[in-house]
Parts: sequence; structure tokens; C-alpha cells
Amino acid sequence: MASTIAEKILARASGKKEVKAGEIVDADIDLAMSHDNTALVSKIFKEMDKKNVWNSQRIVIVLDHQTPANTIKTAENHKLIREFVKKQNIKNLFDVGEGICHQILPEKGFVHPGMLIVGTDSHTTTYGAFGAFATGIGTTDMAAVWSTGKLWLKVPKTLGFDISGELSKYVMSKDVILYLISKIGADGANYKACEFYGDTIENMSIDSRMCISNQAMEAGAKAAIIPPDKKTLDYLKLRTKEPFELLYSDKDAEYEKTFDFDVTDTEPQVACPGKVDNAKPVSKVTGVKINQAVLGSCANGRLEDFAIAADILKDKTISKNVRMIVVPASRSVYLEAITKGYIEIFLKAGAVVVNPGCGPCLGLHQGVLADGECVISSTNRNFKGRMGAPGAEIYLGSPATVVASAVKGEITDPRDMML
Amino acid sequence: MILKGNAMKYGDDINTDVIIPGRYLNFVKPEELALHTMEDLDPDFFKTFTKGDVIVAGRNFGCGSSREQAAMCLKYAGVGAIVAKSFARIFYRNAINQGLPVIESSEAVDAIENEDELSIDFDKGLIKNVTKNLWFTMQPVPEFLRDIITAGGLVPWLREKSHS
Ligand code: SF4
Repeated sequence: MASTIAEKILARASGKKEVKAGEIVDADIDLAMSHDNTALVSKIFKEMDKKNVWNSQRIVIVLDHQTPANTIKTAENHKLIREFVKKQNIKNLFDVGEGICHQILPEKGFVHPGMLIVGTDSHTTTYGAFGAFATGIGTTDMAAVWSTGKLWLKVPKTLGFDISGELSKYVMSKDVILYLISKIGADGANYKACEFYGDTIENMSIDSRMCISNQAMEAGAKAAIIPPDKKTLDYLKLRTKEPFELLYSDKDAEYEKTFDFDVTDTEPQVACPGKVDNAKPVSKVTGVKINQAVLGSCANGRLEDFAIAADILKDKTISKNVRMIVVPASRSVYLEAITKGYIEIFLKAGAVVVNPGCGPCLGLHQGVLADGECVISSTNRNFKGRMGAPGAEIYLGSPATVVASAVKGEITDPRDMML
Repeated sequence: MILKGNAMKYGDDINTDVIIPGRYLNFVKPEELALHTMEDLDPDFFKTFTKGDVIVAGRNFGCGSSREQAAMCLKYAGVGAIVAKSFARIFYRNAINQGLPVIESSEAVDAIENEDELSIDFDKGLIKNVTKNLWFTMQPVPEFLRDIITAGGLVPWLREKSHS
């Protein structure tokens, strides 16, 4: 019978010839990622009365959320994680300063097409950009995975997104995905696997695709898969020697629904405070005064994002009313951005560049907002209280929109910067 | 299992950041975490809440982060169950793993007002709005999930299994 990529991966992982949407399977996990919340996972793991994790090679831990530690409690959690990792002989610990989990795993070659990956982070969907079935789970589920290497999963129905058309200059994949989320809603893909294809996706770089698979979670996606192609293989060639299987949906596979989006005339999009599906064309919100601008996160802290930001910021100065914070997604991104001169451009323009990690994305450090303040951010969530005080307003936009707005001190269409 | 409590009603897309803000994720003790339940959404939550009360909400309850602390804080605050039109998938799993009953029923949600008295019978799969004298059926769930909830969560369930 014809199957989607999601069904094929889950069939393979559960040792079956085929599975159909709706079925519940007990699947073998290929890779298990956790971050600072590993402290909680290890506590629950101990309650499960297992001495050793099922496979120390298949566990990857990245400290990224509050790094370097900003409170004594954080420091204690990090310490506990380091001790646990040592005891369990887990080699793949990426400590303070390496970067965000969702950049580190692909960058270090852990993510391959066809894999079943779980992570204790909702944006684990990012790895779908490489043709993997990757999804977020909670800490108790992860403790169960550590114990048994298995997890029950319901095979999701798949939504197909055919995206076509050429994007104009300074319109980015972030704009495409924000637009799409605004059309299908914050629960438009809840319990569903999404598959993104079409010439716009084919023409996108790996960095751009990762933003799509990352941000798709904000429509509730369980997985956000992009079929692997030559670009995927070129990226992987430099990073892994392990074999993998390329899986694709069959032509007559059953999708719950398919969508066609022509993005040729798409304007830059801005998600207005409170809800990610509340995206509007930038022209509807230009002029909103901002106090802070954030360039970074697992959605948009990559080299391509920095290249566009640097292109716009070159020889310009950030508005004196704005604090601009730049957070590279990883040490490698940071190093390359130095080599290419981007970091110098950011610093000269007046930005603050902080260490690789999550930065101010979740409102804990490195740029927390006060009540009544307003930020434009290339991160992926604008929920109330997400970046600090509940009374702060969070607008989400592409890296281009973020830096253009930082220069003007108000939300600005980046295309105005071409004049 | 029969559960009784009054409804506390909320809207659609109640996200994990407002259920438990990021600034409390470092709290290791669930009881400490519970004190901040719903803080950014409803600062007066504990003024009206009594243990056993049922949260009634619209679509996509628990969307956003995978933080299990969202389910954990609701459970340790003493929330009896959550009845919603739908749940975000990670929250749904987390709630079951924490032994917090999560029930889907659009009809029941539409027919419940804030502070209505509810009685929920899990074995029969029924939600009763005592105030309005109305009955609704809940979406059926696989038996093993019901067993996990009844056992009080995944950890006690696994322990029960390994001892029997
Ligand atoms: S950058 Fe933000 S969204 Fe991404 S993993 Fe870190 S906290 Fe989560």
C-alpha cells in the first residue's frame, strides 16, 4: 500500500512492513536529545528503578537554555547533568557555549534522513528538514525512552504543503512559514505530520529549510518533514559517514489534506503579540516603536540569517532607542560569522553579541524585557511573558525585518532598506 | 474513578508559557512549582480555585513548549481534570504521564459555564454538568492510557507493572 514518509519511518522504526495513520506503534528510537531539562529527566529516570540507560551512544545532551548558568539553581542543575552523563558514560554532551540543540545535532552529523528522533523540546521538529521524523516529548516520556529505547506513538495523518514561487529580496523562509501558520492556525497541524515540498522549498538553503521545520511546530506539527535532496546530501557528506536510507512518500500516498501556496508576492510577515498565528504583512504594523531587537534562536540564528542581517546593517547604526542582541546558534556559526566579517558589522552598528545558546528567547537572561517594553525578535514564540514581564509585547519577524527595525527604532519593512 | 469539582473556564490556545512561565522551570520541587500555576494568564487563579476543581478550556490547550512542568504544576496545584475541545499533543502526553486526567469533549465545553458543578465518571466515560443537569460523553481513549492515569502517572504505572 502507498505510504507517506512519516508512515514509512514509523513502520521501519516499529519493525513492521507498513503502518497506517491512526495506528499506535511501539517504536524504537534512533536518537534521544535533551537539554538543560536533562536534570529533570535524570530525576524521573532514577524513579524508574533502572540502573543504566538503554544506549549511551544514542543519547545527545546539549546545554543551551541558560548558559553560562545565570543562577545557583541553574548551576546546580548543570552540575547534576555533568555528573549523570559521566556516570552513564554518555559521550555526547555539548556543554556551555557550543550552541542550541537544534543547531548542534544536525551540525555535528547526528541527524540523518529516515531517522526517528525524539527530544525534550517542542522544536525538535527542526530535524525534519533532513527527512527525519523528529518530534518533541516531555521529560517522563524521555525517561521511559532512556530506560527502554522505545516509545508508543500514534501514526499521524500527513498534511502536504506544496509551496511554489520565487521569494523577493529580503523575504525569507521565516515569512513563508509565518504566513502559512496564520492561514492554518495555531492548531492547524496538531497531531499531524507536515510535509513541505515544491520549487520554493527545493530552492531553499538548508538553513532556510530548518527554519520552516522549526517554526512549523507553532501550528502544532508532530513532525515537519522536507524530502531529502542533493542539498541535504551535500550537507550530510561533510558531517557523517554513517549509512542512512532515503525515504519518500509514494505518489498515491494518502494525505489528510494538501495545500497549495504561491508565495511569489508574499510580503515580509510579522506575528503580532500573544499568538504566533497572528501574523500580518509588515506594512500593517510598520511604525510600532521598539525597545529591543533580537537576532538569534533555533529558528533564525544561523549563518544565512547573519549574512542577510549584515547586508542590511553594513555602514548603518542601530537606533539609540533600541538594544539589539545577537545570539549565534552555535560556536561554528559564530566563528564563521567572525571570518566573514558579520560580527564586526554588528558590533560597529551598536549590537550586543552574546554567547551561542538560546539567549533571551525564553525570558530568563541576556535581555529580559520589562513591562510595557516592545521587542521584535527572530525567535519562534511571542506568548505573553515569554521573553520577560507579562506586560512586554513580542513581535516576531525574519532576521531582515528585525535588523531593519533595529536601525529605524520601529517595525520596518526590510525592503525599504534597499532604497 | 468519579471526580467532582467546579469548572474554571478559559478560552482557546492556552499555552504552556502562561500555565507555567519559563522563569520557574528551575524549580525542582513540584509543590513549589504549583504555587505559580497560571500566574501570567490568571494572577487570581488561587483566589477562586479549590482543590479538585476542573479546568474547562477551548481548543489546543497546552500548546507551545514541551515543558512537562505545565502538567506537573496543574496536578500538584490540585486540578482534578482538564476538559477541553482539544489538547496540544505534547501536553496531552505529559498530562497522562503525570496522572492528570485530560478529557476531550467539544459539546461539554460549550455547555459548561464558569463555576458550574461537574461530576466526571471515567469508567462510564461521562461528564455531568450538575448545575445544568446535562450529560456528555467523552472521546474514548485507549485502555492503556486510562490505566496510566488511574495508576497516577507513567512512573507508578511502570512500577506496578514490574511488581506484578
Ligand atoms: S532558542 Fe528558544 S525556541 Fe529554540 S530551543 Fe532555545 S528556548 Fe527553545
